Amino acid sequence: MRRLLKRREFTLLLVILVLVAAISLRYPAFLSASNLYDILNDTAILFMVAIAQMMVIVTGGIDLSVSSGIALVGMSVGMLNQYFPGIPIALIMLISMVMGLVLGAFNGVLVSQAGIPPIIATLGTLSIYRGFVFVLSGGEWVSAHEMSDSFRNLPHGTPLGITNLLLSAVLVTVLAALFLNLTRIGREIYGVGGNRVAARYVGINLKRVDFLVFTISGVIVGLSGLLWVARYASAQNETAAGFHLPTIAACVIGGVSILGGTGTVLGVMLGALFLGIVNNALPVINLSPFYQMAIQGFVILAAIVVNTLVDQRNQRLMLRKRLL
Amino acid sequence: MAEPNNPLSTRGAAGGRPAGSLGVLDALTKWEVILLLIFLVVIAVSASISPYFLDLFNIMNTTFNFMEKALVALPITLVILCGDIDISVAGIMALSSLLMGAASAAGAGSAMLVLIGLATGLAAGFLNGFLIVRFSIPSIAVTIGSMSLFRGIAYAVLGDKAYTRYPRPFAYLGQGYIGDSAVPFELVLFVVLAVVFGLLLHRTTFGRKVYAIGNNATAARFSGVPVHGMRLLIFCLSGLMSGLASVLLTSRIGSTRPNIAEGWELEIITTVVLGGVAISGGQGNILGVIISIFLIGFLKFGMGLINVPGVVMNIVIGFLLIIAILLPGSVGRLRNRFLLRRQLRDGV
Repeated sequence: MRRLLKRREFTLLLVILVLVAAISLRYPAFLSASNLYDILNDTAILFMVAIAQMMVIVTGGIDLSVSSGIALVGMSVGMLNQYFPGIPIALIMLISMVMGLVLGAFNGVLVSQAGIPPIIATLGTLSIYRGFVFVLSGGEWVSAHEMSDSFRNLPHGTPLGITNLLLSAVLVTVLAALFLNLTRIGREIYGVGGNRVAARYVGINLKRVDFLVFTISGVIVGLSGLLWVARYASAQNETAAGFHLPTIAACVIGGVSILGGTGTVLGVMLGALFLGIVNNALPVINLSPFYQMAIQGFVILAAIVVNTLVDQRNQRLMLRKRLL
Repeated sequence: MAEPNNPLSTRGAAGGRPAGSLGVLDALTKWEVILLLIFLVVIAVSASISPYFLDLFNIMNTTFNFMEKALVALPITLVILCGDIDISVAGIMALSSLLMGAASAAGAGSAMLVLIGLATGLAAGFLNGFLIVRFSIPSIAVTIGSMSLFRGIAYAVLGDKAYTRYPRPFAYLGQGYIGDSAVPFELVLFVVLAVVFGLLLHRTTFGRKVYAIGNNATAARFSGVPVHGMRLLIFCLSGLMSGLASVLLTSRIGSTRPNIAEGWELEIITTVVLGGVAISGGQGNILGVIISIFLIGFLKFGMGLINVPGVVMNIVIGFLLIIAILLPGSVGRLRNRFLLRRQLRDGV
């Protein structure tokens, strides 16, 4: 029990519960099952991409290009659906993931083979991918009436009881948790982030791990691009602009160290959930959605300061224990 | 991640590099030379495509479009040299502009507005620096949070509205020319400050300490460099210059919307890195950054003259950033291969 209490995820969970309790005391409708389901549904894409982002951050990197990747894949499959409405939705899903994989692999090559620091490489592709959205679309949108029914209904369908959107998020989350905790390469990702030099000495192939995390991130981004465009029934040049920020925020709030080496899928989920709840609660408590960004910024700052203080205290405690 | 990431690594005393010199290839491993060549190519191509490019008035006027970014690139050079990063600069500009707009609506005069803009920037920069230094938090984490906070405040206050009333003399700062000449006030201000930053970085002990921190902060601390204090100071400087850029931009466009200067941080960092400043810190100089500022500025001007849309320009700049980082490394390898072959042939 005491170990559980010490876990960062537990603190975050408490904060979330207090937040939900406080809001629902004044606005009981907030706690209704349908609203909670809506929150999960609205946050589904953030769940997925934040987990992709986390895998990159755990290796000590960062992927700023996720927002542009979502837009580029989204616009591509949107236009594909517009001009060839006959293509079955399963094939479009596959295409979106392969496209995402290619975009992610390009980042991966820049980082692992060319040795460009991740923040610079993905800063470059953030501009490049966003630019190609415009080149592809010529500035035009793909609107709802230009999409086929099966395309538009993909995120909302409920073949397994929950929406496909939420189902994808659950699948990504579960697969990521299994992959990171139970496979050898999953553990290697943490090893690389913890200490690159040591990781190399124990025989971990750094280049392979770097390449892999960006490629995985790309696949998730690809799928998210399709879901995003289908869900909002519109593909625009500005789709998902700036979306890399909340994905990083979810990681930071969830206790992922920006220096790499630490972070859990559970923490990132709670971090994303926290942001989702805040966004959903603003209209409920009659605050303009324009407050969203300021609150998000404040929460990120508060979270990192608290996390750092807790870490420093734990280190002192550990040191004292060792001295005794 | 020190080894291959450093764009300037081929310039240093790399261990196994063959001795000897190869005039042209040697020069090409020098960053500023590469940049200058690209710069000349941009000018030559632009001038041959559009007859309007090499017009003195056009060239002077186009500097309006990138002088505010240029001013922020100067302190960001110091930030990155220290091994830090500041992605909140555009957020600071929004916050500064917001407070200037509010003050102007309340009837403040031009001098007061400038003071408010600068003070807001300084305060925001201090907040960044304080959090980073006091709690030993990586600068990227702090400034990701503060960029949302600063711009978020602008969004929260303004929503979809804007401040558009500024006193008439205030417009001179961002729109005025020196006397009757064609030289913009912004350009002169930038030249003066670029010289100040150049001297600060390359001619003072303060500058040497910046490089020391960037190369090895722990060693620098043990050598008596006040690492914490200097980093705090540099983040304050970054905030102050963002405030100044905000004064000029607000004066130039004469209005404050919450999305003012949105996304500029990326372009500014691109400029600095393209200028040869290693993102890992410790290497680079002001000259490279200045060339890079004008390179990107004129490249955009040239593309604008042939009607390339802004988003497409970003593709070019994105690729330029990546290629520019790859180039010195590849040229360095090429040079080493030539030298080895020559040594083998001469039987050394």
